Amino acid sequence: MIPELGQFALIVALLLAITTGVLPLVGAARGITGWTLSAWSLARAQCAFVTMAFSCLAISFMGNDFSVAYVASNSNSMLPLIYRFAAVWGGHEGSLLLWTSLLTWWMAGVAVFSKQLPIPMVARVLGVMSWINVGFLAFMLWTSNPFTRLLPPAMNGRDLNPLLQDPGMVSHSPILYMGYVGFAVAFSFAISALLSGELDAAWACWSRPWTTAAWAFLTLGIMLGSGWAYYERGWGEWWFWDPVENASFMPWLVGTALMHSLAVTDKRGSFRAWTVLLAICAFSLSLLGTFLVRSGVIMSVHAFASDLTRSIFILTFLSIVAGGALVLFAWRAPKIGLGPGFAAISRESLLLSNNVLLMVAAASVFLGTFYPLLLNVLGLGKSSVGAPYFDAVFVPFMTPVVFLMGIGPVARWKSARLPDILVRLCWAALVSVASAIALPWLAGGWKPMVALGMLLAVWSATSVLTALAGRIGEQGGPWILRFFHVPRGFYGMLVAHFGIGIFIAGVTLVKGYETAGVARLDIGQSIEAGGYTFRFDGTKPVDGPNYRAQRANIVVSREGHVIAVMRPEKRFFVVQKTTMTEAAVDRGVFRDLYVALGNAAENSNTAWTVRVQIKPFVDWIWAGCLLMAIGGVLAASDRRYRLAVRERRQAASGAPHVRIRTQAAIAAANVANAKETRS
Amino acid sequence: MKRFLLPLIFFAGLSVVLAASLSNDPRRAPSTFVGRPAPTFDLPRLDAPDRQLSPEALRGQVWVMNVWASWCESCRDGHAALMALAAKNIVPIYGLDYKDEPDAARQWLKQAGDPYIASMMDRSGKTGIDYGAYGGPETFVVDRRGVIRFKRSGPLTQAALDTQILPLVRSLQGEGSDE
Repeated sequence: MIPELGQFALIVALLLAITTGVLPLVGAARGITGWTLSAWSLARAQCAFVTMAFSCLAISFMGNDFSVAYVASNSNSMLPLIYRFAAVWGGHEGSLLLWTSLLTWWMAGVAVFSKQLPIPMVARVLGVMSWINVGFLAFMLWTSNPFTRLLPPAMNGRDLNPLLQDPGMVSHSPILYMGYVGFAVAFSFAISALLSGELDAAWACWSRPWTTAAWAFLTLGIMLGSGWAYYERGWGEWWFWDPVENASFMPWLVGTALMHSLAVTDKRGSFRAWTVLLAICAFSLSLLGTFLVRSGVIMSVHAFASDLTRSIFILTFLSIVAGGALVLFAWRAPKIGLGPGFAAISRESLLLSNNVLLMVAAASVFLGTFYPLLLNVLGLGKSSVGAPYFDAVFVPFMTPVVFLMGIGPVARWKSARLPDILVRLCWAALVSVASAIALPWLAGGWKPMVALGMLLAVWSATSVLTALAGRIGEQGGPWILRFFHVPRGFYGMLVAHFGIGIFIAGVTLVKGYETAGVARLDIGQSIEAGGYTFRFDGTKPVDGPNYRAQRANIVVSREGHVIAVMRPEKRFFVVQKTTMTEAAVDRGVFRDLYVALGNAAENSNTAWTVRVQIKPFVDWIWAGCLLMAIGGVLAASDRRYRLAVRERRQAASGAPHVRIRTQAAIAAANVANAKETRS
Repeated sequence: MKRFLLPLIFFAGLSVVLAASLSNDPRRAPSTFVGRPAPTFDLPRLDAPDRQLSPEALRGQVWVMNVWASWCESCRDGHAALMALAAKNIVPIYGLDYKDEPDAARQWLKQAGDPYIASMMDRSGKTGIDYGAYGGPETFVVDRRGVIRFKRSGPLTQAALDTQILPLVRSLQGEGSDE
């Protein structure tokens, strides 16, 4: 009964989505107020019905209803409850349901928190988002129904892929999808602006906090995925340039460009057409990622089992969404106008250069990902492009990006003087160069790539401090209070930029100085690597809920002192008949110790192959990403907007009415405040 | 203004490539590899890493190569058909273990069954690239002269085995060697 209810809810949601795609858009175009206003209740109803479908699937999973085909192929009665819940999005059908659920939640967010925006604008945004939802709901109902019954019902399920049975999986997909889907909001704002023809600075201002929030989610999602791969795949690698990783990285790069471009459009009114194009690109790339994962055109760890009908559906959908948006763009963009001009050296020009570089970097990732497909189509044979290409191409593009990132925040809008910039940044530059020379040498060997990495990392950090000092210096009043006068958005930017520095430091040091060792160890034997001694004390059997494991005991010591006892496991998942390596990681600020069990030796009952790695500063990679995401959250929740909302509300209703901090409220306030605030 | 049409034109091109790769690729690709010599390699064997294996050593016999990995979801779908082929004992099957962890690979074969005479470890993925491994498991049939005569992308099915691979193998084995 519950699956049928879920199916019914999906059908109702589809009908509602079609209605929302028509009434408000027509209403806004023709000025029919009743139709326009219907957007709000329709959006909420969509959200309610999709959420209901999602809950139905979750209930089927948690209640082990193996008469549902999707549940039977992705779960098992032995699977722990939390993974039975996460299994909802462990396969193709359910992950689509998660996609639409998140989309309707973003819609509900827009509906609730955009009361200060012009009504037709919000109605259009909700209408455009509904069309996207129509696509996904139809996709589910016609080709990928998660509620299809299995006759006769399975006795038990085939279990969730063991790779996915991890806390990382529970959070990685939803947060990454929040990012992907969040760009639908930026996209819909851009499309609505194109539809209405009112492409002034206002729409940029409204969509800014949404875009920043989506970007923060995407950053966090990619970070979780990378951290998960690091310990779950047992290799100690954190990025593989896998086509599907690239598919999440491309929207990130374009989204980063979009955030900065929106800032210019908002503050200065320039780059309008470019910003619209970026918004279309960012979301289209999110959809393209969805296509890549599900089409089977590439071999990837992330690939779902493929199906031609599904691939054709997604490709058609992608063509309609992106193609339609680009047609609209080609039609409307010529009327947008250029906005105010700016000098060759100004914050605008710096941001524009960075935008272009980010897009070129995204294009290089794009090329690397699609080159094999292109070759194949042209009949030149198949080949794939590996990490060497990306490493070789990416560093040269990102180096100037990071360099310009340091200059941007200290340059003035419209026209900046080069001597001023040089004077302000000279000590940051000096410290960076000195660090590039000294730090690699101190760290244990001077290598050119490490020096370059340290140069960029220290430059990111010192230029952030310079920008902060400059901003504090401009404020009046007591020195301590000046910190509170600087808007939160500015701090958000600094934190994110600082995070880039931390990230680069982590990547550079782990690449430059990691050490590893492999040995066949019997009880009591040990292996040395990087000054650490790993003594193998044998394994003992341990049983999990749905797996049997051998857990090793490995004592790590340095200079005679025991530092850690590490317990890597080899798990055999009973239902899927799969063995997983569960690495043990001893995390530290300056280094991770990483131990993974290989195979049991064949001619012995007690010996195992043991792989140990010492990874210096590897956690800085994720710490940097986390700082970037925190920066995004700070920027999206700038205090001045919130205050302005409250004042407005009090003025309007006479009653104090404190709202939760939301990006949309800020967006609304931003309109009112745009003129008063300075960057 | 024409420049605003450029993104649309670019996207149209991309869509064509994607559509073409969908219609052209999976399952029935008349691959450009067919009719060409099997790309050479010299890789350590999974079961005995100190021994190398290369296509030259297999000259004079018809052999099947399957690209697989323990992490590859869709390789599991085709595994049963592969096991069935191995059980028939008609043609030797070699595996190319693509970008895999040897321990995980060995363990996986131990559990799912090992249809291969031997598997080569392609940890860097370089040989996989030479063979154009990009769309899940891929199966090749190589004739006595070392020329690829058949390639299939995607999980092997019993139907493909009965209608394509086995008839081809039989006729190739009948051909005799030119050498």
